[in-house]
Order: sequence, then structure tokens, then C-alpha cells
Amino acid sequence: MLLSKQTSRRKFLLSSLIALPAMGIAVNGLTAAAAAQMVAPSLDAYTPIFFSPGEWTFILAACDRLIPADGRGPGAIETNVPIFIDQQLAGGLGSEVYLEGPFDVNAPATLGYQLPYTIQEIYRKGIASFELWCQATYGKHFALLDLKQRDDALKKMQGGQADFAAHGETVLKSKLLFSELLHHTQQGWLADPIYGGNKGMKSWIAIGFPGARASYLEWVAQHNVPYPLGPVSLTGERG
Amino acid sequence: MTNITNDEVDVVVVGLGWAGSLMSIELAQAGLRVRALERGGDRSNADFKYPKPADQYAYAVRNKVMVTPKDGALTVRHNMQSTALPTRQWGAFVPGTGVGGSGMHWTGVLIRPTPTDIKLKTYANQAYKPGILGEGMQIEDFPFTWDEIEPYMDKFDKICGLSSKTGNLRGQILVGGDPFEGPRSHPSPLPPLEDTLNSKMFADVASKMGYHPFPNPSANVSQAWKNPYGNQIAPCNYCGYCSKYPCLNFSKASPQTAVLDALKRMDNFDYRVNANVLKVEMHADGKTAKGVTYADADGNTVFQPAKIVVLAGFQFVNVRLMLLSGIGKPYDPISGKGTVGRNYAFLSNGGSTLFFKDKHFNPFATAGASGQMFNDISPGNFDGPSLGFIGGAKIHSSQATGAPIGTALPSGTPEWGQGWKEGMQDWYGHSMKVSITTSCMSYRDHYVDLDPTYKDPWGLPLLRITFDWKQNELRLQQHLRKIVLGITKELAPDSYSESFLGLDSHWDITKYVSTHNVGGAIMGDSPETSALNRYLQSWDVHNVFVPGGNAFPQNFQANPTSMIGALTLFAAQAIKDQYVKNPGPLVQA
Repeated sequence: MLLSKQTSRRKFLLSSLIALPAMGIAVNGLTAAAAAQMVAPSLDAYTPIFFSPGEWTFILAACDRLIPADGRGPGAIETNVPIFIDQQLAGGLGSEVYLEGPFDVNAPATLGYQLPYTIQEIYRKGIASFELWCQATYGKHFALLDLKQRDDALKKMQGGQADFAAHGETVLKSKLLFSELLHHTQQGWLADPIYGGNKGMKSWIAIGFPGARASYLEWVAQHNVPYPLGPVSLTGERG
Repeated sequence: MTNITNDEVDVVVVGLGWAGSLMSIELAQAGLRVRALERGGDRSNADFKYPKPADQYAYAVRNKVMVTPKDGALTVRHNMQSTALPTRQWGAFVPGTGVGGSGMHWTGVLIRPTPTDIKLKTYANQAYKPGILGEGMQIEDFPFTWDEIEPYMDKFDKICGLSSKTGNLRGQILVGGDPFEGPRSHPSPLPPLEDTLNSKMFADVASKMGYHPFPNPSANVSQAWKNPYGNQIAPCNYCGYCSKYPCLNFSKASPQTAVLDALKRMDNFDYRVNANVLKVEMHADGKTAKGVTYADADGNTVFQPAKIVVLAGFQFVNVRLMLLSGIGKPYDPISGKGTVGRNYAFLSNGGSTLFFKDKHFNPFATAGASGQMFNDISPGNFDGPSLGFIGGAKIHSSQATGAPIGTALPSGTPEWGQGWKEGMQDWYGHSMKVSITTSCMSYRDHYVDLDPTYKDPWGLPLLRITFDWKQNELRLQQHLRKIVLGITKELAPDSYSESFLGLDSHWDITKYVSTHNVGGAIMGDSPETSALNRYLQSWDVHNVFVPGGNAFPQNFQANPTSMIGALTLFAAQAIKDQYVKNPGPLVQA
């Protein structure tokens, strides 16, 4: 069983990587824990709608570090978080943003988002810049780095040390790409499975959230008693 | 795209939230022909049906029932010298849209301001030595007495099925309620909600420390309630999806559950949705309005003639429509003249998050208004004058929701990776908050006007907010911090984190506080300093009435909905009793 899961995920990652012409290298970085936790046949079979094959490879590898399979509880790959992100970006995410100019891209952070980009452009331009930065810094695409390097690269993205300007992207800072990616990864892990992530409500089971049960009249006054029932989803699935 | 003119009505109501629905039913009951125009879509039973609202991602992350920034953005700047920028995404506040407005997705905390709060200027003049309060502060009294407005608060409590503990019944202080509240003419219609664990822990410690906690007054009803309009509200089942959500159990008083069922049955009322009012049209004399123009969903421009125009949109929607329509004189912060845009105020929040390894808070099993609060630190109830600032706060431990996206974790927990994932498993459901919701004074240079640069999809200028924290509010925060941390330490958590504004803080529009924006078209006794009289009637255009948070001269620490409901009912009564019989200014300037 373990072997078949492992094989399945490797095959899937490889098939995604084939489209990246520069990468004739074996895929590494799959932890034993990741393999053990891996139950994602639909992710394997999933064809991204928004992401290109190269971007998809990055998303899979990044999600796998942002919420890894290591330790207790399900990781982002096992719970189909990349599918959530892809479907949100292909759907209406960001259509609510006010994007009329002029734009003051140097505005103070307290005045909020002020870039001329849609969220789709943030991902597209951001991933392209980050991959160039990874090439320049490590000599490899992100997905081909070992785990330690991947975490190091993500930390640099988070801290703003991944210099996108040096690779032609003068407006978008790596920090913003990181914060969007992290938020969406965590949202995909915790949102109802109807949005493509949180497969099998595994994150809810892990943290003890009962999902859409939404009826606790008999529980509200039972103080400090752990709630005994597992989650239900919007579609009536039970965990 | 054509120009259409509708049949004339007696009253056109712009916006069908709390203020619009209350005004509509009161005036329709008086026999007037009323038409409401709502910029958003309809929201009916299908939108409330279980399990649809039990979806944190759709409602709390993607703001499903809120206006989009694309359609409803404002611009913001910290001072008059800088260039305002648009709220491209929502952050500090999230205004609603659609039938029910913010009244559909509010949390349901139905607390009144105190008698001191409504006469704050008088209190300040009596209690503070001249020169103590910051320069440029321009707080005002509400233009009525407690005894005049209380019957309308009482009426709104009954419309909502207030579930609370009575603290002051006609002057008699009752145990377990808020001893600082103004006298009530009647007890709370329904008993309070059940306490959650955090509420009980907070209340026990606060009492021990000498404060006077009481259950959050709630419009999530504790028992079945039939209100004066004949609408029935079902007992709350503590579903955990309240603030930002339609109520799946029909337990939260909202325009839908408390007003619209009865209103929609009336032949002399109707409403149009996706009707975005662009302007109030004036008669040639400039003294009265003749109706409003709106854009419908098909792109038509529609003129709706009416004898009375009620602007009942959200605070800044109302002020913007007044500015776009030339109703009243725009406020000029340099000369201090003009009134429309004057006295804009927001509010601040903060508090501590306490982590207890061995406590199960079951945060999903909660009502929006679940919690306990105390009012000891509100104006007149503590030594504000000696501390040198004015204002106060509700200090509370509320548990509005337990949905997991955005769960707070102990400081030091990694923001991502294995540590975050395991932190979520270790700490979800093991934290509670001690929070502050503060007052906010009004100042000469805090105001709203039309932005010179940015436009909405209909080509009209956005409203521009000029606002930042002043030392008065920041010093209040620092004082509250000491009190909250005192309670926090007494609760003895395994660890805690804190969030308060430092003395050099600027307003951060990315962090949610509350959608309690107030002022801009305030009510008052003088047309020199207020846009509206005590009946929410424009001093300048007597057949325009403007109910909403826009009428508050500054922000008190209580949540605004109780006062908005009361003001609206007070104005509706005056329109019915006086204005209809004799149209003209209800107060002589």
C-alpha cells in the first residue's frame, strides 16, 4: 500500500515536471512521511486549470513545505491543497479588488494593497521571478532543491530576500507572493472540501473542528468537555 | 440603455438594511406608499438555508455577502497633506450590501450607549479642566435627552428580541446586569444567552477584581420571540456562524427576520434590488428633493420621483450621496465651516489572546454575541479626567466564532511548516480572548469628502476618509492595556499574546476592527455644526432624512446598532406625527 502511494505520487510529480524543458533531473525531496501520508488519487489525476505545468510543479513543491506531511496530521499534498489554489485562481478570486489607477506602489503598508496586479498576475509573475531567483541562487528550480534548501528558499521569499527586481520584476516583492501563497495554502487546508482542498476533512479531524454541523444548543453549556463528534461537510460527507 | 421614470411614491428609501427596513415599515404602517431601492441583490430564505451559511471560506474569507471593493471602495489618507489611496481590498471594515445590509450579517451585540455617552460634550465640559483634551477635538452632544430616546431603544430591543440581563430598571440597579447602563423603561424582553466557558472564566475573574461584568446584550435570541411587527425569531442554536454570515437558524434579529416578512405583506410597500442610487434630484428651488436617480442592473438610468427621500444606506454611502447631490454644505476643515463630511470617526480594538493547554473552549459552539463584558471603563465611570484623556471601552471576552481559518496560535509557533501544522492541532480550541472595543472622539481634521482622483464603476468620485489615531485614543489604548493584562494574568493562562496600539501608531486599514464607521452627516442642535437635526432631517433640504451611523457626532464604546435603530424609529415617529401633516423643517434653525 505504502509503495503504491509512493509510486503514484512520484509518477504524478514526474509527469508534471516533464513539461519543464530545463529539468532533466530526477525528482527528489519526497520524505518518507510525505509518502506515508499520501492518499491523493484525485490530485494525481488532476489537470490544473490556471497553472501551467511548470507553475504547478512549483505549487506542489511549495505547498508540500508550507504544510508538510512530516509529524502529526495531514499535509497540504495529502489534502489536495494545490487543487484548491488552482481552482480559486481559475475562478473569481480577486475579481472583487478595486484596480483603477493611479497606483502608488510605494504606499505605506498601513494603506493596504496598492499594486496594479490581479492575484493571478501576482502568482504568474511571482513564480516566474522566484524560479529565476532560485536558478541564480541555487542553480536549480525550486522543486529540484533538497528539502533544506526549499525551506531556506521559502524563508528568503517570506523575508523579502528573494530579490525579484534583479530578475526584472520591479513592482512585486517576494514577501507578497509568500503571504498570498501561505494564506491560500492554509485556507485550502481548512476550508470546506467543496473548494477542492481539505480532502476527507482531514485537517478538521486533526484539529477537532466539526465543520458544518452548526447546531450546539446542547453543548454550549458543557464547559471544558471535549466535543465528541467528527465533522460534516457542506455536502453531507461525514468524517 | 434608456432613461426610465417610475411612478411617484410618497417615500423612497435608499438602502434596505436596518435603517431602511425600519423606516419603510413605520411609514408604510402610517399609510404612506413606500418604495425601497437596494443597490445589492435580494436575500431571502434560500440564502439562509442550512447548510449554505456554514461556510467560513465563502462568507468570512471571500466576503460573500459584502459589497466588493470594486463597487464600493473608498479612499483613505492619514492627514490632509497626503494623497488618499483606495481601499483596493477590505481590511479594517467590511461594509455589506444587498437586502438586509449589514443588519443581515452583523454579530448581534445590541448594547446601548450610556446617558453620559449621548451627552459627552456636556460631560467633558463639566469633568475636564479646559486645555486637558486635545486640540481640535470637536465632540458634540446628541440632540435629545435620555428620556426622549429611551422609548425608541426599548422599541428596538423588542423588535430584536433583546436577550440580556437588565441592569437598571427605571433607576433600580439589578444584580447581574450592567449597573452603569441608563435606566430602562422595561426589562430585557428575553433572558441572556448561555455563557460559554470563556465568558464564565472572564466574568468570574472580573467580578473578583471588582469590575461589574454582565452577559453581552444579544440580538441572537435566547428563546423564541414574536416581535411587535408580528415576526417570529427562533431560539439560537449556537451554530458558530454569525458575524459575516446570514443566520441559518433564523435566530439573529435582522431586517429579514424582524421586519421584512411583515413589511413585504403590505400592499403599499415594494422594493427594487440592484438599484444603485447615484443622486438625489433637487427641485429648482434647491430647498426640496424631487426623487432619486438610480442605475438598474440592465444599465438603465431610472428616475424615481418621491415626496420624501430617506437615505438609509451605510454611513459613508449616505454621506457620499449627500455630497454628490449637493445636499448641505461640504465641510471645510480649514475654515471649520460646512457640515457634510464633518466629524468622521472610526474605533479601535485590541486585547489579549490566552492559551490554556487543558481547557476545551469548543469555540464552534457559540452564538455571535456570546460573551461577557463590563462597562466600568466608560466615560464618567472611571478617573478619565485625571488620566488626561476622554473615552472608554467595552472590556469583554467574546467568542463570536470558532471557524478555524485564521486561528491564533501562541507566539513562537512557526508561521508555516510542521510547527504550524502541529500548533494548529495543539492549540485550536484552547484559546480565549480578553478584548477592548473603544470609543473614538471626533476632530477638526478627521472628515470625509469626495476624492479628486478615484472613481467608481459609474464614474462618480469615491468618498475620501481623512483619519488617523490621535494621542487621546492611543493613551486610552495604553490605559486599557494595563487593565486587560491585569485580568489576563489573573486568568493564569499557559501563555498569552497581546495586541494594542502603541503611542506612535497609525491607522492600519489592513487589520479588521469592526464595521462601525460613524459620523460625516451628524445630528445636532445647530445647522452650523451638524448636517441633520434631531429628527435626522437635513437642515438644508427638509424632505431628505438620513438615518444611520452617519448621525453619530463621535463613536461611543457601545456597538452602534441599538442607537441606529432608536434614532431611525425616533425620526420615523416625527415624520408620521409631524412632517406628513405639515411638510417643512421640523426644527427651526
